[in-house]
Amino acid sequence: MGKRVLLGALAILLVIAAAYASFYIAPEERTMGVVQRIFYFHVGSAWAGMDAFLVCFICNLLYIWKREQKYDWLGVAAAEVGLVLTTVVLITGPIWAKPAWGIYWTWDARLTSTFVLWLLYVSYLLLRTLVEEPDRRALLSSLFGVFAFIDVPLVFGAIRWWRTQHPAPVIMGGPGSGLDPTMNKVFFFSVFAMHVLTVFLLVERYGLEKMKSEVDVLQREAEAL
Amino acid sequence: MKNLNSVFAAYIIGWGVFFLFYVSIAKRTSDLRTEIERLKNSVTRK
Repeated sequence: MGKRVLLGALAILLVIAAAYASFYIAPEERTMGVVQRIFYFHVGSAWAGMDAFLVCFICNLLYIWKREQKYDWLGVAAAEVGLVLTTVVLITGPIWAKPAWGIYWTWDARLTSTFVLWLLYVSYLLLRTLVEEPDRRALLSSLFGVFAFIDVPLVFGAIRWWRTQHPAPVIMGGPGSGLDPTMNKVFFFSVFAMHVLTVFLLVERYGLEKMKSEVDVLQREAEAL
Repeated sequence: MKNLNSVFAAYIIGWGVFFLFYVSIAKRTSDLRTEIERLKNSVTRK
């Protein structure tokens, strides 16, 4: 309990510090102006979301291989946290797009593949509500999770492989890409803060899944008596 | 400071989503704790 509270407090402090740095330390971008400050929160959430889906994918593979419940618990926790982070990406993106592009949304490769990713993980969570038997639910959702993860590299590569309305990558974008050194520091600090928040939410959500399993066991015991 | 409202909207809505998610986890955890207590009592009584 104590460690969880500390982790939560650390996550909140880091997220507030990252917002402060985005507003007051990062210099203003020349063409987009103040609205570019959404970048630090938007991309930080996107990277943390991708990493949550990576954790989910690894846990899905480990469950298929070892059939241990802890991998199913962490897999579903990571899927839900990743989905929340992707929801934030899908909300903050259009808020940034409207002043920058003049439109909230366009069906380009990056935006469409991100929306499909969101739908895939909503389906992952819905699938779990349809299967009652715990082992069968864990196996089916793990198999579906492995399939759903295929979209993650597509989201990552969309702005590298195809011409899109979405800006070209400024990080890992190859020659000519990159950020001002201060922007770069603020960006990586924001990414770090979002990852600490992700770990905190994962720990909390994992604990919930563990308790659900305890309820299942107690219900079976109560029915057997 | 054109578009400052958009920046504030993005941060506030984003934080709101995280906050609501955390509240939903806390609520579900509290419900499960009550359910575990109820089931433990029912198993003990039987």
